[in-house]
Amino acid sequence: MAKLENKEMQISRIAIEGELTIYTALELKDKLLTGLSATEELELDLSDVGEIDAAGLQLLVMIKQEAAVLGKVVRFTRHSPVVLDLLDLSGLAGFFGDPLLFVYKSTHEGKSA
Amino acid sequence: MIPDEYLQTFVVECRELLEEMEEALLIVEQAAEDPEVINAIFRAAHTIKGSAGMFGIDHVVEFTHAAESVLDRVRSGDVSMSSVLAALFIEAHDHLKELISHVAEGSHPADALNKHGKSLIAQLEAYLNERSGTEAEQLANSGEMPTVSESRVEREHSDSIVGTDLWHISLRFGPDVFRNGMDPFSFVRCLSSLGSVMELVTIIDAIPPAEEMDPETCYLGFEISFSSDADKIAIENIFNFVRSDCLIRILPPRSKASEYQRLIQELPEQEMLLGEILVKCGTLTPEELDNILRIQSEHGDDEPQRPIGEVLVEQQMVSSPVVEAALEKQKQVKENKRGEANLIRVDADKLDELINLVGELIIAGAGTNLIAQSAGMADLIESTATLSRLVEEVRDSALALRMVQIGATFNRFTRVVRDVSKELGKDIDLIISGADTELDKTVVEKIGDPLTHLVRNSMDHGIESAELRIARGKPAKGTLKLNAYHDAGSIVIEVSDDGGGLNKEKILNKAIERGLVSEGVNLTDKEIYNLIFEAGFSTADTVSNLSGRGVGMDVVRSNIQALRGTVNLDSIEGQGSTIRIRLPLTLAIIDGFMVGIGSAVYVIPLDMVVECVELGAWASDEGDGQYLNLRGEVLPYRRLRDHFDIEGDIVQRENIVVVRYGEHKAGLVVDKLMGEFQTVIKPLGKLFKSEKSIGGFTILGSGEVALIVDVPGLMGQIEHEREAGEMTVVAASK
Repeated sequence: MAKLENKEMQISRIAIEGELTIYTALELKDKLLTGLSATEELELDLSDVGEIDAAGLQLLVMIKQEAAVLGKVVRFTRHSPVVLDLLDLSGLAGFFGDPLLFVYKSTHEGKSA
Repeated sequence: MIPDEYLQTFVVECRELLEEMEEALLIVEQAAEDPEVINAIFRAAHTIKGSAGMFGIDHVVEFTHAAESVLDRVRSGDVSMSSVLAALFIEAHDHLKELISHVAEGSHPADALNKHGKSLIAQLEAYLNERSGTEAEQLANSGEMPTVSESRVEREHSDSIVGTDLWHISLRFGPDVFRNGMDPFSFVRCLSSLGSVMELVTIIDAIPPAEEMDPETCYLGFEISFSSDADKIAIENIFNFVRSDCLIRILPPRSKASEYQRLIQELPEQEMLLGEILVKCGTLTPEELDNILRIQSEHGDDEPQRPIGEVLVEQQMVSSPVVEAALEKQKQVKENKRGEANLIRVDADKLDELINLVGELIIAGAGTNLIAQSAGMADLIESTATLSRLVEEVRDSALALRMVQIGATFNRFTRVVRDVSKELGKDIDLIISGADTELDKTVVEKIGDPLTHLVRNSMDHGIESAELRIARGKPAKGTLKLNAYHDAGSIVIEVSDDGGGLNKEKILNKAIERGLVSEGVNLTDKEIYNLIFEAGFSTADTVSNLSGRGVGMDVVRSNIQALRGTVNLDSIEGQGSTIRIRLPLTLAIIDGFMVGIGSAVYVIPLDMVVECVELGAWASDEGDGQYLNLRGEVLPYRRLRDHFDIEGDIVQRENIVVVRYGEHKAGLVVDKLMGEFQTVIKPLGKLFKSEKSIGGFTILGSGEVALIVDVPGLMGQIEHEREAGEMTVVAASK
């Protein structure tokens, strides 16, 4: 569901695969927090998220806020279409900030290409 | 079909609203944006649209909707109210007025009118499109703004940017929503089946810090603006499954804080519970109110009962501006009750009937008084005295019912002046003073047309073109003044301009040309000026669309004379002219002063009586039977006995009643002074129409008839006879 990649000590990347929903929320919460605690900058690869719901979204908000509290950075990258849909619907794109917009654009271009 | 009486009410209300709207528009056109005034315009449009919708008058709804949408943009500051836009709205107002009059007549608007309406709608919509561009921008911006941390109240403000026809739905999901197998977003998707979600903000404030957060607990909330034609129940039904553990607030279209505030302020109901107001406003359904009341009673156990409003805010069900408005309303309700809520519409005929009855009562009361006097019963005299005092009060208040302020009539001219000055290409300011001067409703109704004519006339002929004005060293902007005040039992209405004034030569030449006066006659300035009121007189070199056709001023004069009033004109060449209309305050009942001549009784309007002096006080008159020296003042006088050709011996001690009308004073010599008398004026028959010195008659307590002296008429007649006499003298001496 999620695999941790440590490219460098500073930036770690977690790819979330499959479901980002209520069914995986409990498990993911720990994973994300663990991941965050181990690094200054966390990148979440969402390209393989096949399903996301409000609970999943809530998790993303939580990790983002937690990072802010700790003075760390969490970035979401390569949003899958379902993630984009939900972000669009929830109007939270702004909350997640610029990196998302960048990724949003690139994905969009990717789609149209 | 719509029942007639409802339709009539609709039409009357619409016209009133349109009047308010026009007034406000004219202010807006002139001055900078005043949110209050723009609100007033919006309110008027909104109410018209609402009631038209109730009656299913679709073309009115359609048209008003376009206007209202633009107004809403103006209100929220997206479109600025320029004078161009104001002018467009004034056109829209005119169109609406025509539509309403078609509704009143039950006729269908002509094609041309429909076409005009369409083009107006198109023009209005142009403003909407402009705005939607900015809206898109704002939406884009909002994507980058951290809206999340905004409080609920601020949300309300950002709502006011969004179009008005949107529902507002506030959702706060219960913690167990996920566990119950529901996804909050599925409700949002469900909503899409009923309409379209215009804007959705996910409220994530409730998500706790990471350690405390339970990923299986729902902390989310939504604020949704929603465009839909569905009714509230249908929308509520979507949330049936989560209703038990969620806070769901669905506000119907137009449910913005400011809207509620306005609505609440307009509500006439007294001393309603805040909750009821909110239910009535559509902020809450009764079900929601029950909910709140339950919460309140739960809290009531351990802490003092809190006002509903507080609970509402805490529950984030309404934003605090709404509650403040409601609370303020509760305070104001009593005051309002004294104000507009207390107004009732009364058929004018009923009022006339009341006045008639009061008139009869006065006559009957006078009769009783007389009998009491002759019976010599002290008790009876005392009680009739009380009675007549009360009758007098009843009379006064009955008459006061008919008194209206002239302001409304004056304000109509703001529009007239605006339109006419546009038409003429002149820049003219209207200054209104004395707008709170009261006069009888019938008089007000009848004075409108003559006044319009005078105003147009002043603007057309009186005020010069800007170039000429500058050449004459006057400000380029012309000024027209309307003024009203009370004076000696009459009301004076002045129309003055700072224009070119009247040209004496021109008037005199024209009058001679038209055969109104013979050549070589010496006339005072005033007499010359007043020649323009003669039939068939016009001084305009060119006949314009507005005036100068030679009909008008004489019609104005006869209209005013029909109201027992007079009109005259003062002018200073190069500086302007003033037209003064003098009208009686009321047409029905006056305080009279009874005088006796021989066996006949006459009534002089008390308002015009200045003083009474014994004629014997003067050893002899010094003006060969025509003038007296009243404390150094020349006072023309007349024996009423001579004037009315009454036979009988001259009494020993004659009295003189000094009367004043306008600037003129005169003495009327009578045999007896009989005191004050409440006089119900009854009109004389047509047969006596040519008699200028009698204004009507009244019935005395004894059943006798007394004639009412028409002081202005009598003075005019005396004047006229004197001139005629002088002229024969002049002619004889030649």
